[in-house]
Amino acid sequence: MPEQLLWGMEVFLNGLMAGVLYALVALGFVLIFKASGIFNFSQGVMALFAALTLVGIMEGQVPFSHLINAVFGTEIHHFGWHVPALAAILLTMVVMVLLAWLVNHFIFRHLVNQEPIILFMATIGLAYFLEGFGDIMWGADIKKLDVGLPQGINGTIDEVTYNLFGYGFFIDNLDLWATFIAILLVIGLVLFAQYSKHGRAMRAVADDHQAALSVGISLNFIWVMVWSLAGFVAIVAGIMWGTKSGVQFSLSLIALKALPVLMLGGFTSIPGAIVGGLIIGVGEKLFEFTFGGMMGGATENWFAYVLALIVLVFRPQGLFGEKIIERV
Amino acid sequence: MLDAGRTEEKLLEINNIEVIYNHVILVLKGVSLSVPKGGITALLGGNGAGKTTTLKSISNLLKSERGEVTKGSITYRGERIQDLVPSDLVKKGVIQVMEGRHCFEHLTVEENLLTGAYTRGSSRGEIDADLNMVYDYFPRLKERRKSQAGYTSGGEQQMVAIGRALMSRPETILLDEPSMGLAPQLVEQIFNIVKSLNEEEGYTFLLAEQNTNVALRFAHYGYILESGRVVMDGPAKDLRENPDVKEFYLGVSEEGRKSFRDVRSYRRRKRWLS
Repeated sequence: MPEQLLWGMEVFLNGLMAGVLYALVALGFVLIFKASGIFNFSQGVMALFAALTLVGIMEGQVPFSHLINAVFGTEIHHFGWHVPALAAILLTMVVMVLLAWLVNHFIFRHLVNQEPIILFMATIGLAYFLEGFGDIMWGADIKKLDVGLPQGINGTIDEVTYNLFGYGFFIDNLDLWATFIAILLVIGLVLFAQYSKHGRAMRAVADDHQAALSVGISLNFIWVMVWSLAGFVAIVAGIMWGTKSGVQFSLSLIALKALPVLMLGGFTSIPGAIVGGLIIGVGEKLFEFTFGGMMGGATENWFAYVLALIVLVFRPQGLFGEKIIERV
Repeated sequence: MLDAGRTEEKLLEINNIEVIYNHVILVLKGVSLSVPKGGITALLGGNGAGKTTTLKSISNLLKSERGEVTKGSITYRGERIQDLVPSDLVKKGVIQVMEGRHCFEHLTVEENLLTGAYTRGSSRGEIDADLNMVYDYFPRLKERRKSQAGYTSGGEQQMVAIGRALMSRPETILLDEPSMGLAPQLVEQIFNIVKSLNEEEGYTFLLAEQNTNVALRFAHYGYILESGRVVMDGPAKDLRENPDVKEFYLGVSEEGRKSFRDVRSYRRRKRWLS
């Protein structure tokens, strides 16, 4: 097999893995958008906040320690204990549910029946608030996150491909795990939405708030539930990105990459978020690989947006977006 | 049955309520009515008379539309219900079928029906039994159970909306404008089903309807609303024979058919005459 093709395949596989991470962030957007029509700009910051909280809990960091020390002149930073990863993840989930409740209670409950643009602006505010809050709570330094996921080159794949093609593929173990966990997460979410009572209620709310109210579905409950789910997705995304590149505030910017993913996959489709993520992940890596040299590189920065624009022109609801049903 | 309904237990009582939207728009100006158990009570009147607002103030869907009951009281079985949220009311057995059907478009017909059972803690078996009961009344829905509700016809959607309400095992159903946008034949069919649900299963209905003619044929008692007030009420049979109702709402009068130009609202006409 020609070397170019092998490299291409390796790039393709790595693109798939990168795409999974985009898809994870996009998934959080879709969940909230579907159920409440809110485009949650703060999804990326939620992932950051989840990762910060997770690291903080694991390391036994004292929350607001800088603030406490500044006010009381104390010198406390750590509780001096370490929490096992699994327990810390569970605690972080509790924090995210609490956050979901607070967000609904103090912001969105009061904005029922408002224009989408107002809801959107509220989420922008929330994004900046959360970013600052996370900063005060856990400090602004770059943190290392290690929940025990294997990292580094996967030996088996390297060996097998070397024996087959005479060229070992470099696939990161972390990417493999991210893919595996993302698949589980999506299957779980789809089963929940499709077959459980609350999942059905969630879809009902997405279709018609008023009618959902009229059959006795509590919008507040569903919204807190959906924000919690988005919070769980944010935890997973936060773990993956945080493990890969450290927990830092630029993490919230990955949310921007979710936008073209959503335009491509459709704002209302869970499978769309996944497929959109994969297409963008693979697309930008392959594009960089084939045309990047000609264009002076760094095509990954803009390729996704151009692709999304093209999709918007030809298929505005995205590849998998719900068709707008209109009966005459 | 007609007059017997009046002497029976009053399930729902509305006493002199005022409803204001957005803190400024006064829609109901003192509406009082009562709904007897096991009866079909009709709220009649033209556009903007306040029929839907009355129903929504009972089911408490008003709040999500920035409406508020500012005066008067609404009681169900003697208990004040105007501060309850809609889901509590559904648990108490009061459910509203909204005007214009409001199906969940992207859910299948069967999923739509199942959302009606959301507030119930019943087992799968009980819910399946009720599902079959709904399919018995609406055989058409059984054929279309796997179709997306958004792609079903207007009549089928109305059936979905009523069936969905039945799934909550209600006692009282607030039915808003079931005839809207349907062919006369379908209207007849829907009302016949309402009638048999009332007679066979004992559901109490409060229905808002512009189609006075059909409503008065199926209801036991009627209230006529005009600009947010009850201007007349009585047993359906009497209302049907009342010359004013005939003239203003059924479009017939002693002098034969009238030009549409001469038809005025009931309240205003009365004031001119007196």
